[in-house]
Amino acid sequence: MAAMQLYLPIAEVSVNIFVLLGLGGIVGFLSGMFGVGGGFLITPLLFFIGIPPAIAVATGANQVVASSVSGVLAHLRRRTVDFRMGLVLLAGGLAGSTLGIAVFARLSAAGQVDLLIQLSYVLFLGLIGALMLQESLRALRRTTRPGAKLRRRHEHLLVHRLPLKVKFRTSGLYISVIPPVCVGALVGFLAAIMGVGGGFIMVPAMIYLLGMPTKVVVGTSLFQIIFITGFTTVMHATTSFSVDMALALLLIIGGVIGAQIGAQAGLKLKAEQLRILLALLVLAVAAKIALDLLLQPAELYSLTPMRLP
Amino acid sequence: MIRLFAFLMMIAPAFAQETVVAGLSQTRVSITAQFEGSEILIYGAVKRNAPEPEGPPLQVIITAEGPAMPVMVRSKDRRFGLWVNTSAVQIDQAPSFYAIATTAPLAQILTGTEDLRHRISIPRAIRAVGVAAENLDAPAFTEALIRIREASGAYGLREGAVTLSQGTLFRADVALPANLTEGDYRVRIFLTRGGVVIDSLESTINVRKEGLERWLTNLARQQPLIYGLLSLLIAVVAGWAASAGFRLLRA
Repeated sequence: MAAMQLYLPIAEVSVNIFVLLGLGGIVGFLSGMFGVGGGFLITPLLFFIGIPPAIAVATGANQVVASSVSGVLAHLRRRTVDFRMGLVLLAGGLAGSTLGIAVFARLSAAGQVDLLIQLSYVLFLGLIGALMLQESLRALRRTTRPGAKLRRRHEHLLVHRLPLKVKFRTSGLYISVIPPVCVGALVGFLAAIMGVGGGFIMVPAMIYLLGMPTKVVVGTSLFQIIFITGFTTVMHATTSFSVDMALALLLIIGGVIGAQIGAQAGLKLKAEQLRILLALLVLAVAAKIALDLLLQPAELYSLTPMRLP
Repeated sequence: MIRLFAFLMMIAPAFAQETVVAGLSQTRVSITAQFEGSEILIYGAVKRNAPEPEGPPLQVIITAEGPAMPVMVRSKDRRFGLWVNTSAVQIDQAPSFYAIATTAPLAQILTGTEDLRHRISIPRAIRAVGVAAENLDAPAFTEALIRIREASGAYGLREGAVTLSQGTLFRADVALPANLTEGDYRVRIFLTRGGVVIDSLESTINVRKEGLERWLTNLARQQPLIYGLLSLLIAVVAGWAASAGFRLLRA
């Protein structure tokens, strides 16, 4: 039987079709389950199978668009997408992302962009993973002990004292638009620097900073990730020609199927369990990247072919 | 006078008395979606207008090289406990693919001077002019480039892979890997005696993407905005199709 290899036109490498379908499937599953785009997983996985980094980042973004669309439709039918909140976050997100892409270009010209990416991965993934794990373990202990005092649903945080208040009906919130716009901008900026959709920052920010219910958070996060990663895909395609459509298509086929299964699996788990699993996943990726920085690599040299335009 | 004549008679066979004629099994390689690499047969013969001269035996060296491009080689070092890129050297031109096949160990059939002149061995095929001035460890960077590319199969020296029969007919197979870059691949055939190149021949293999691969590459390069939007559209449609498909399955 033929090995089912496929030659990727833009990446100019030949890879096994089933490896790509499998990668897409795993990442799509996690995406549907947790409401993260999966960019922080797909990009390192593509490096690992030998796809050039620039193409991995750009094509990963394209794949995230598809799995997010698939996931968002599943959430739409359950009415767990807060469109108004999504659009407010998105407005901030696009501004932050534009700024981030400019900073990224400045830093890659200076030469140390790899280190910056790795350090921000370790820092943000580590911090967010640890916070989420701690909080959700505490929440889980509360729910398993009947009679324990539940946290009040409406806490009066800073978000309630700012002007420009808007009613976010799906989320059951009446808060100022300033915090969501700022969260969106921060996430968009970090997403552009780290080459990801930003769901892993957005999801905890929505829960802990904006006080949104977990069930709504997943759909709303996916909704705005579609636009952030769509924007990134087109930017990469026009500036660095680094989107590989054939690679994206295979990842997408695996990914959309995985996302559907993931969304179903997510419904069967408790919100706290879901958060613990996501926290562990985020921490595992952070630990892997930290080890890469701390341990001596087997090959100290690396090659970057410089294509002439 | 007689002595000079005799001397000329002696060295004459070393010059253009033996020439190489050769052919390739294919001069065009099409990269399609199913491309899994290609094996090129290089065959040929040594043409003589006099009996085979005495002395060291005839040897054949065949090289095949892909399009050259500049490569940035970076090296990591430990800084504050972290392994980070600390220095970089740009190699001006390095072939994307380089294969050498010979009839005998390369060091025995080619002198250093001849290698330098014809750029035959792998280190010579890499053009790294001026890197020594840029960085004191430049040779380490060139060695790293060769080591990494040899490990990935892009560069390779196969000594003894050329079969030469009766001192006249030769043949060798060159395997082009599946991870091939588009471009003109140069094939060179050298005849050597006593380490000196006595004749050489050059030919080209045209490696081109075909069909869908060609179309996508052109679109990505020439109409990047349309290509980007098309990629997006595919993603959105695929996402919707999966969602709709699963709903039908459950219904």
